[in-house]
Amino acid sequence: MKLFPIMGGIHPDYRKELTSEKAIVTLPMPATLYIPLQQHMGAAASTAVEAGMLVKKGQMLGRGEGAVSAPVHAPTSGRIVAITEVTAPHPSGLPQMTILLEPDGKDEWAELPAPMADPFTTLPQQIRDRVAASGIVGMGGATFPSAVKLGLGNQYKLEILLLNGAECEPYLTCDDRVMREYPDQVVDGARIMAHALGAPKVIIAIETNKPQAIEAMSKAAAAFDNVTVVGVPVQYPMGAERHLTQAVTGRETPARKLTADVGVVVHNVATARAVHNAVRFGRPLLSRVVTVSGGAIAEPKNIEVPLGTPVSVLLAFCGGATNAKRYISGGPMMGQPLPSLDVPVVKGTSGILALTKAETKESASRPCIRCGSCVTYCPCGLVPVEMAAFIRNDKLDEAAKIGVQDCVSCGSCSYICPSHIPLVHYFNYAKGRIAALDRERRKNEQTKALVEAHNARLERQAQAKREAAARAKAQKENSDESRANA
Amino acid sequence: MSIVVDKSGPFTHGSNNVQRTMFTVLAALAPATMFNLWLFGWPAIFLFLVTMAACAACEAVCIHLGGGSIDDVLSDGSVLITGWLLALSLPPWAPWWVAVVASAFAVGLAKHAFGGLGQNVFNPAMVGRVVVLVSFPVQMTAFVPTKPLFSAGAPGFAESLHITFGKAVSLDGISAASQLGFIKTEMARGVPVNQSMDQLPALGDLLLGFHPGSMGETAVPLILAGGLFLMWRKIISWHVPLAMLGTLFIMGAVFNAVDPGRHASGLFHLISGASFLGAFFIATDYVTSPVSKSGQLAFGVGVGLLTWIIRTYAGYPEGVAFAVLLMNALTPILDQHFRPRVFGRTRKGAPLPLRGDK
Amino acid sequence: MLLDVGSLAVMGVTLGAVLGTAAKLLAVPTNPLEDELQALLPGSQCGQCGFVGCSQYAAALAKGDTPITLCAPGGKGTIEALAKKLGVHADTDGHEEKGPEVAFIIEDLCIGCLRCIGECGSDAIVGAPKQLHTVISDACHACGKCFKICPTEAIEMRPIPQTIAAWHWNKPGEHASH
Repeated sequence: MKLFPIMGGIHPDYRKELTSEKAIVTLPMPATLYIPLQQHMGAAASTAVEAGMLVKKGQMLGRGEGAVSAPVHAPTSGRIVAITEVTAPHPSGLPQMTILLEPDGKDEWAELPAPMADPFTTLPQQIRDRVAASGIVGMGGATFPSAVKLGLGNQYKLEILLLNGAECEPYLTCDDRVMREYPDQVVDGARIMAHALGAPKVIIAIETNKPQAIEAMSKAAAAFDNVTVVGVPVQYPMGAERHLTQAVTGRETPARKLTADVGVVVHNVATARAVHNAVRFGRPLLSRVVTVSGGAIAEPKNIEVPLGTPVSVLLAFCGGATNAKRYISGGPMMGQPLPSLDVPVVKGTSGILALTKAETKESASRPCIRCGSCVTYCPCGLVPVEMAAFIRNDKLDEAAKIGVQDCVSCGSCSYICPSHIPLVHYFNYAKGRIAALDRERRKNEQTKALVEAHNARLERQAQAKREAAARAKAQKENSDESRANA
Repeated sequence: MSIVVDKSGPFTHGSNNVQRTMFTVLAALAPATMFNLWLFGWPAIFLFLVTMAACAACEAVCIHLGGGSIDDVLSDGSVLITGWLLALSLPPWAPWWVAVVASAFAVGLAKHAFGGLGQNVFNPAMVGRVVVLVSFPVQMTAFVPTKPLFSAGAPGFAESLHITFGKAVSLDGISAASQLGFIKTEMARGVPVNQSMDQLPALGDLLLGFHPGSMGETAVPLILAGGLFLMWRKIISWHVPLAMLGTLFIMGAVFNAVDPGRHASGLFHLISGASFLGAFFIATDYVTSPVSKSGQLAFGVGVGLLTWIIRTYAGYPEGVAFAVLLMNALTPILDQHFRPRVFGRTRKGAPLPLRGDK
Repeated sequence: MLLDVGSLAVMGVTLGAVLGTAAKLLAVPTNPLEDELQALLPGSQCGQCGFVGCSQYAAALAKGDTPITLCAPGGKGTIEALAKKLGVHADTDGHEEKGPEVAFIIEDLCIGCLRCIGECGSDAIVGAPKQLHTVISDACHACGKCFKICPTEAIEMRPIPQTIAAWHWNKPGEHASH
């Protein structure tokens, strides 16, 4: 298959060998599960249970609210201990509403929706409903509700479902292992998603540093004419949605548009497996495969983890962490630092990394020497050095003008910068700050409109009063006059 | 247990850093420098050491005045490159004070007055060279024929000390013109270029560096090797050197074909003077050249073109330093006009049109 | 000599006249800056800046004899907009921002007197006589006028809690306040 080059990008130290040959193991059920009501982009789910209730495995605990949302389910049977605010697995360290579930050890299933024997004769809308009801979200880390994305077929003419098995982040091997151990489930899920999307073709893209995964997937896909497995070059950030689309199809997604605008929808391989389970067996998303790795971890592993398991439990299962400089959720390039080790694993947690100082290679930042590496390696064609200079001097408008909002925060510039300047941190700050200012401006405009409406109303009332007074006066004069005339 | 979150990702980093970059450049310069120090003997070695020491001292003073820590002075290695390149751009037997004055202007004025590492607009080494070139034209154009170390006729250690540190040493007896200077003076006397060229050393000798010239500009093959080494190490890219040398060669070749009596050949332009040193080590200076590849191409073309114009029509025989400084001044503008195309956008910055959109 | 002096004098008088006429003809009647500045302010006349209302604050800003950081409901965004319009540096570092707030009515203390409703400039409080009043928090811009007028101290200005959705990274080198 003909591939197309993508611009920029880096070749970081991948260190996948730490876990790539470790088969997926299942975590013993922890003592308590912490299930946040928001594990996805969009609106938080609303509680569907109360403290003290007994729930079965797969029972819905939180209901999806609004167009972009997803429900959450009980990963096992047990008792709801509390519904309270708990620190979120998010760099802010802010609390979020979380359901505490104490497993009863029986692991009893609730009554599940009926399996769909032949999903390919089922209406696409029914598949989307099933995916929505199963709480499936993008498991590559973006956590966008999958059912919403599967609905793109309604508005766009789609040609290709591009299944993302690139896994370009260093350390992470969870997708690799899923493709090697459950290739049939992934391919089946992908075909179901393509049916729901109305996309005739499925292309499964895997970076060529995973030959066993390519082999296993090719074998699983061999029976289906419309499913192709393609090895893509090892080049970070190959797994970025727009870049993968360009590499495989040569189509460049316009800024501020979706890949669907060029006829492609990208889903992660683990998402495909979750769709398979939801459609074929009626099972909602209850667990996911997490890579626990990094130089500080005693025994790195790939683990099938019930959602809501505290990170500390995972670390203990891997023999603990020593000399860790950074704890990260996700990969080292785009992952987020953990604010605490008590936070739970959620639907988007692809990895838990404990990295030593030698691995992070952190160093104080020095003056920029304008070497231009960041410009050369930026996969989005931006000029990071200039954007960072604008942001440092609080010129956010200028930074926006040269494209800071087109930055995907892939981290290539920060990785390559010889002066260790935290470029991506500047861009993350700028993007957040610009959005916050936008919100504030909208709020001010709204207030202004309300104030103006209020003042206009007062003015109208005053006017009405004046007119009434004038009328009354005129009437009085009239009557006086008529009396005088009489 | 809560963890302090003070930094957004990425949480890994490449192995490159400023220090490593700078020392790689020095390593790339080393062979050519060694060869030239051997070629011009003890006075060149003294001058080289004086320049390096003076630059380091200036840097130390400037950082101290700016309230910085003296420990940082040499840690990034940038001042060593400035000193090194400045030394290579001086006539090998120039007196010590020329080097000191040049160093003071290079490091003090061109670098630290603008805010230190990364902030300077002009290439410090070239500012240093140009200041002494216009201030002390006699000393700066007193080139000597090559006298390899320990060869017959080469000055001994004591004599060399006198040449570099002595008072009012006259080189009149032995000085010779660089080949660019030679054809320029011959031109002025009315001798056409194609005739004066015949009196120059053979092209092979020119190529190997056995001719009068600045300290580091004469060993073309070694400079080229160093430049290719830097490209292999991904410290520099081909854009600036190729654009500069290509432009210089094409301008030389075209005008030579039109009027050989007035214009030297393209090949002559390439291998004489500081063409190679400039193309690989001076015009490629990170701080003072554009950051984007397209900008670097434009920059290289500009340096090549200006070098050729200055050599051919201006008063000075060599123009690389002036050309680099002039283009340095244009770098901020080049940076604004030569940006890469943003993913998903047209060159003008609008989102790409969709298929079917007209 | 005389000719020189004469011609220069004539030129001077003529040019002076031209300039004088032009100044008269092309004069800008009022200070447009004042209106533009007022347009940037919330317009709720809350008086927290110390001036009677937004237009008076705008007038003082146009003269340049007051800090640009006085508008509490406007927040940092307004300060930055004012700084841009006036071409001055937005020194928000020294500005102690309270953080976004919203008025909150304590149910037990509200007597349904309607005074806060009369005072609210953005119609953010709803209620009827002798009935409990409520704040529509989306419409409230924390001007604090209701807080001042409430006879039973039933109104509190509460900070809006920070949310994960609205959170963003601090500028590198600046530490988070929470």
